[in-house]
Amino acid sequence: MCLAVPARVTALLPDGMAKVSLDGVLKEVSLAFVDEVAVGDYVVIHVGYALAKVDAREAEETLSLLREAARA
Amino acid sequence: MKYVDEYRDGALARGVAERISAEVTLGRAYRFMEFCGGHTHAISRYGIEDLLPTSIRMIHGPGCPVCVLPMGRVDAAIALALRPDVTLATYGDVMRVPGSNGASLLSAKAGGADVRMVYSTLDALRIAEDEPDRQVVFLAIGFETTTPPTAAVLRRARERGCRNFSVFCNHVLTPPAMGAILADGSSGAAVALDGLVGPAHVSTVIGTAPYVTITERYGKPVVVAGFEPLDILQAVLMLVRQCNDGRHQVENQYTRVVTPQGNVKAQADMAEIFRLRDTFEWRGLGWLPESALAIADPYADFDAEKRFDISRVTTADNPACECGTILRGLKRPAECRLFGTACTPETPIGACMVSSEGACAAHWSYGRFRQRGTSPT
Repeated sequence: MCLAVPARVTALLPDGMAKVSLDGVLKEVSLAFVDEVAVGDYVVIHVGYALAKVDAREAEETLSLLREAARA
Repeated sequence: MKYVDEYRDGALARGVAERISAEVTLGRAYRFMEFCGGHTHAISRYGIEDLLPTSIRMIHGPGCPVCVLPMGRVDAAIALALRPDVTLATYGDVMRVPGSNGASLLSAKAGGADVRMVYSTLDALRIAEDEPDRQVVFLAIGFETTTPPTAAVLRRARERGCRNFSVFCNHVLTPPAMGAILADGSSGAAVALDGLVGPAHVSTVIGTAPYVTITERYGKPVVVAGFEPLDILQAVLMLVRQCNDGRHQVENQYTRVVTPQGNVKAQADMAEIFRLRDTFEWRGLGWLPESALAIADPYADFDAEKRFDISRVTTADNPACECGTILRGLKRPAECRLFGTACTPETPIGACMVSSEGACAAHWSYGRFRQRGTSPT
């Protein structure tokens, strides 16, 4: 139920809405709960609302920690 | 898919699992509960328990809102849907939840009730605006992840003066349920845990700060984790390290999305539009104080519980159903005598079999095919 998926913002629309691409599938979602979203950003979508922006640097940091753990 | 596929890399997963095996203390048992149904589903689907050393046992928690919705509330929703003036809109997951006598919203719909599945709360409001002669009730369920969208639609309905729209609110809160499980663990009413894998998307909303009180009160570590298999493995490694060091801190594995303070905008909306209920019934866990939300007074005109005469009857679960003991980690799904016989995903009797995120449904779909003897089931 709490599943949420990362999607790329492809266009900003009126009324605080945005068009996002989920691996090519386009959807209109609400940006009511996130600030300063730009086209190209990734947001986490849950039931038609963006709940958070994906932090690209943290995402890479997590992967390098995983690689480090796997190597050690 | 970016930010998904990278965290499903099988070779990397095996490497992290080997690291975990290398770091567990010999002769020590680690009992970790993943609170969320999303984690339960991923653990079963990706066979994570088979990668972990046998000293680590994952216990499947109550974080599946469909599963913990009590039968009395389902019965009340069905009664609402059966009113000739009402259109009941809700998420797809909710439609199959059994009330008493095996009835569900899906069976009510088959019987002629106007029940509609929506993707978003905004879709429910759109139905109300398009069909002004219908009383459109949105059946809202879910943890803190799903609550802000309900807040947003209540605000919009009030702004637009949409008089034929209301919400039947069943939103529940994560920290009180976590506290209840850990308190039961201390008293012997639940399995004693060594740590918790904390919620992924609930934490995008509430942040990681609310878990600090829990770690301090119960002395158990909480690691917030994403829903992908590598996220879960990394969280288990972090929990093992905390246990080995004798620490009990809140740690965040899911830093690409979760911050300590969470989504402040969503929290402000929730605080304005909802109020805390004194107590609420959880299927499998019973009545938990201050564990759920109701609609606050300024939005009372849009509260279905005030607009309609909704029964507050509590309906008892089937006495043979072991969901309560399974959610507390005292029994495993296969130890319930209804499992796989009377109770299957097609005809669920208990809460844990209802949703694919429930412990019994996950075991039915994936876990029972595991080879015997590889690790504890």
